[in-house]
Amino acid sequence: MEALLRPRIMLSLTIILIPIFLFISGASSHQIRINNAERRIDLSTHIVKVFLTLKVENTGKTSASEILLAFPPTQVDHLAFLEALAATGKKKKKTYVSLAVKPTQLPDAPNETNYYTIVLANPLNTGETATLEILYILTHSLEPFPVEISQSESQLVYYRDSALILSPYHIKQQTTFIKIPSNKVESFTRVEPTDRAGNELKYGPYEDRPPYSYSPLLVHFENNNPFSVVEELVREVEISHWGNLQITEQYKLAHAGARHKGIFSRVDYQSKPTFSGVSSFKHLLARLPPRVHSVYYRDEIGNISTSHLRADSWKISELEIEPRYPLFGGWRATFVIGYGLPLEDFLFESSDGRRYLNFTFGCPLVETVVDKLTIKVVLPEGAKGPSAVVPFPVEQRLETKYSYLDVVGRTVVVLEKKNVVPVHNIPFQVYYTFKPIFMLAEPMMLASAFFLFFTACVAYLHVDLSIRK
Amino acid sequence: MAAAAKAGEATLRHAFGNVLSFFILLLIGVLAFSIRLFSVIKYESVIHEFDPYFNYRVTQFLTKNGIYDFWNWFDDRTWYPLGRVIGGTVYPGLTLTAGTIWWLLNSLNIPLSVETVCVFTAPIFSAFASWATYLLTKEVKGAGAGLTAAALLAMVPSYISRSVAGSYDNEAVAIFALIITFYLYIKTLNTGSLFYATLNAIAYFYMVCSWGGYTFIINLIPMHVLLCIVTGRYSSRLYIAYAPLVVLGTLLAALVPVVGFNAVMTSEHFASFLVFIILHVVALVYYIKGILSPKMFKVAVTLVVSVGLVVCCAVIAILVALVASSPTKGWSGRSLSLLDPTYASKYIPIIASVSEHQPPTWPSYFMDINVLAFLVPAGIIACFLPLSDASSFVVLYIVTSVYFSGVMVRLMLVFAPAACIMSGIALSQAFDVFTRSIKFQLLRILGFSEADAGDGSSANVVPENDAVKVDKSEETIKERPSRKNKKKEKEQMEKAQAEKTSAKSKTEKRLLVLPMELSVIGLLLLVFMGAFYVVHCVWAAAEAYSAPSIVLTSYTHEGLHVFDDFREAYAWLRHNTEVDDKVASWWDYGYQTTAMANRTVIVDNNTWNNTHIATVGTAMSSPEKAAWEIFNSLDVKYVLVVFGGLVGYPSDDINKFLWMVRIGGGVFPHIKEPDYLRDGQYRIDSQATPTMLNCLMYKLSYYRFVETDGKGFDRVRRTEIGKKYFKLTHFEEVRQS
Repeated sequence: MEALLRPRIMLSLTIILIPIFLFISGASSHQIRINNAERRIDLSTHIVKVFLTLKVENTGKTSASEILLAFPPTQVDHLAFLEALAATGKKKKKTYVSLAVKPTQLPDAPNETNYYTIVLANPLNTGETATLEILYILTHSLEPFPVEISQSESQLVYYRDSALILSPYHIKQQTTFIKIPSNKVESFTRVEPTDRAGNELKYGPYEDRPPYSYSPLLVHFENNNPFSVVEELVREVEISHWGNLQITEQYKLAHAGARHKGIFSRVDYQSKPTFSGVSSFKHLLARLPPRVHSVYYRDEIGNISTSHLRADSWKISELEIEPRYPLFGGWRATFVIGYGLPLEDFLFESSDGRRYLNFTFGCPLVETVVDKLTIKVVLPEGAKGPSAVVPFPVEQRLETKYSYLDVVGRTVVVLEKKNVVPVHNIPFQVYYTFKPIFMLAEPMMLASAFFLFFTACVAYLHVDLSIRK
Repeated sequence: MAAAAKAGEATLRHAFGNVLSFFILLLIGVLAFSIRLFSVIKYESVIHEFDPYFNYRVTQFLTKNGIYDFWNWFDDRTWYPLGRVIGGTVYPGLTLTAGTIWWLLNSLNIPLSVETVCVFTAPIFSAFASWATYLLTKEVKGAGAGLTAAALLAMVPSYISRSVAGSYDNEAVAIFALIITFYLYIKTLNTGSLFYATLNAIAYFYMVCSWGGYTFIINLIPMHVLLCIVTGRYSSRLYIAYAPLVVLGTLLAALVPVVGFNAVMTSEHFASFLVFIILHVVALVYYIKGILSPKMFKVAVTLVVSVGLVVCCAVIAILVALVASSPTKGWSGRSLSLLDPTYASKYIPIIASVSEHQPPTWPSYFMDINVLAFLVPAGIIACFLPLSDASSFVVLYIVTSVYFSGVMVRLMLVFAPAACIMSGIALSQAFDVFTRSIKFQLLRILGFSEADAGDGSSANVVPENDAVKVDKSEETIKERPSRKNKKKEKEQMEKAQAEKTSAKSKTEKRLLVLPMELSVIGLLLLVFMGAFYVVHCVWAAAEAYSAPSIVLTSYTHEGLHVFDDFREAYAWLRHNTEVDDKVASWWDYGYQTTAMANRTVIVDNNTWNNTHIATVGTAMSSPEKAAWEIFNSLDVKYVLVVFGGLVGYPSDDINKFLWMVRIGGGVFPHIKEPDYLRDGQYRIDSQATPTMLNCLMYKLSYYRFVETDGKGFDRVRRTEIGKKYFKLTHFEEVRQS
């Protein structure tokens, strides 16, 4: 495995370093031409958001229903989210239609370029044009340099990309805007025409670039935003038909920025907050659903006393948490957040008599990347036929969990997804059937156990077990 | 007809009393449990202090790896590079108890965490302990005294201090084991039943598993047996109560790895064997006396005494020689410091350095047992009226435990149950006398003839609040030599006995009648005293003994301030250092570091290796370079120092520093205590000695301290520090909390 991976990395490096012009044959790539491409890369946090607007034209003979998007292999690994919208109508009355996007393998892809296919709602006839709005989000794409900083330094990062949009199509005109968090830029690659205005860099416009044009681009700039990464998050959602939804979230938090070097002086940190530890972070904000109650925040050695909850019965509740210590680059912390929610806000009955839980996917922490998210929906004992509906691909499996006085165990629907970003915070549904009579099973069991106990006591008191009279 | 109705009424009253006392006991259990929850409510459900963290860690290991791995557990996380065999050096009772509870709950699919079980073990066992106290006192002085004693024990501050929720220490279960062992001993003594004798041995085994304090039992019971023999109270019941306990108990005790052959080798157990022999000699004498005529008996005595003296002298000579050959005379350091209170401070500074091994002050008696201190003498007097085997045992118990508590604060815990039993007896007897006087006076006022008083009392007493506590009908029954297990027989016998004794007790009781006013005032005063006790106990539970000590709180005008710096540091170590890094700190923090930070420590609270601790003490009191060499030889990567001079936390390392010097100097003579003292005074200001100002502890504690306020004012020592600006050459500050 190791041996296999290494050449792949080498290969991808060569892609970045040498602009390669490759022409591949394919019916679709000859047909489609991009008249205008505008790319806006937002580097203000550690989550890289790219907005791509493409005006495509079908110059071929037959109608085309698919548009290909190309990504270099380095980006594909960090691609967390991809969404394509087709814009119709004129400026004021623009309406957007969401389009299906699916990963595609092409047999003759140059240098392991990866593709995603956008399926158009209406096939594009010869000579027609369409406007596509594409949003994709990259994680772990800002590389800290210097790799280690001390408490008093601020954090500088590299962002690597291509000044030219990688595409299997001919692009007539393209522009790239890069937005950085402050105007402190150490250096950036110049691919003329290049322009810098405050905290925005402009690359282009470039005219008439053939397919697979590539021109490496490196921006070195200051980014002191919290690089908060949850390496592993397990969210357990336990449904109790007695009226409560209990959520337990186990976090493994890390600061993914430049590693901390040397000493940590609390004196400096508290007396000079503007100079000291600017890249570290103390607070995290979690957005919890309305009407949240019994919130706790602790780790394996007890309660963490630094948190504030602004609970609201209508709006989103906000939980501000502080880890035990400010997190510097490379430092880790683990903690657990738990809370209860009223069941009627989340559990509904569908028209076919089944029940479904409607709950938010993703991580409640604001501006946080989750490397591996596991959501466990614990259905009540006796629930049958579970099925999950998630708007994006996730791994699914079933488990059994034994909780308070369970006999047959509770079915657990496990959903796993890697590389989760805040845009994934959209509802998903878990359907199941449940007979309310099962709610009485445990109280009845307890009652009969006590009854038997007392009967045994009475019997013992009235039975003379002695051998000798 | 009338007699039958009366008997039926008595049975009903009896049943009613039983049900009532059952519910009172239940409530006492709830009280004992809930008064200990202040720590959970005020702070959080967390393990407290130092030793409990170790026990918690051991329990985690037990629940994760099972019992066999637990016995064989060699812990390489502590005492680096020596390690420690946990399975063979730990009293497993508490761990096994909590582990069993956890296992039981989990097999019933009640998924409580190990931590939760550990936190609540102590309150649960306090409830058990108060029930055991009821049983014990009931054997001594009847159910009324039992209930009072149980209620007192449920909230005695001394016991609360060791058994609040989260205080997961050996004492939590050991006090229960202690009381139940005493109860079973008394029960056997009263009944002569071999069944109880066996149970007694098992209870003793549990006690041995739980706590090193079991030596108290194995010395106290022989003392009592000896007392009985000397005062001519030898009976076959005494033999049954004692002989099986020694044989079975010693065999069982030897099964516990940490005790092992100590159960027969050390001097702590010697008394029990000696008394065992004496008991047999006495039993033999009684037997021979029974079968021989008085004249023959005299001849036999002279023969045996002359031969026996020679043999005894030889045996004693051998024993003395054996014992004298060992340096500590076969006694462990802690036991020796009990017999000679000055021993520890002279020879073993490490025992003397622990605050709970210091003798208590007078106020601490008032704090820990409150009004019980005044009730105890009354209880002792009550025990002598009349003196039975059982009551002589409690008297002996309280006398010895008063002495021990006077030597070590920690043993106040053993004294508290005795005080509760005595006070329970005293209170119950006092209530009895007062209410009976009032009743007789009332009857006289209402014009009843004295002959009806007995009947009237049974009707009148029931609505009275303390009816059950004052219910005396059973008291006399306790004096009965033996009781069969059969219930029906028992009841009939009881009835017969009660009727027989009622006439006797009536005349007896009439002598104790006090004037009406006096009794009412006395009652009120007693109630007032009880109320004061309850208020004090609740206050002590809520304010004094509930702090988990890993979280510090302080009230300022802005509100509550929480200092959670300990856990902050441990959490940081846990997540941000290498798994195999070694952390050096003073031994106080050893258990917490291994449990909370999961890192290897050099020394910890199990102070089994004095030299190792002295090495760390020496490093802390050496100049930087020498300290670095010591720590480097121990592979230490981090040094943990607790400093409270900024926030005013008095038990920090600077205040413990003199003990490090003393312990270090005890092994490495180049560390001399006078070098750190200026004119015999311990100071850290500009008058401090250069050795003090250059030692590692000073430097680590006050490194860049002056930058906090510009002067370097230490709020604990209330002075400005002596050396303000210096650099660390061999050590690097990693982080501050």
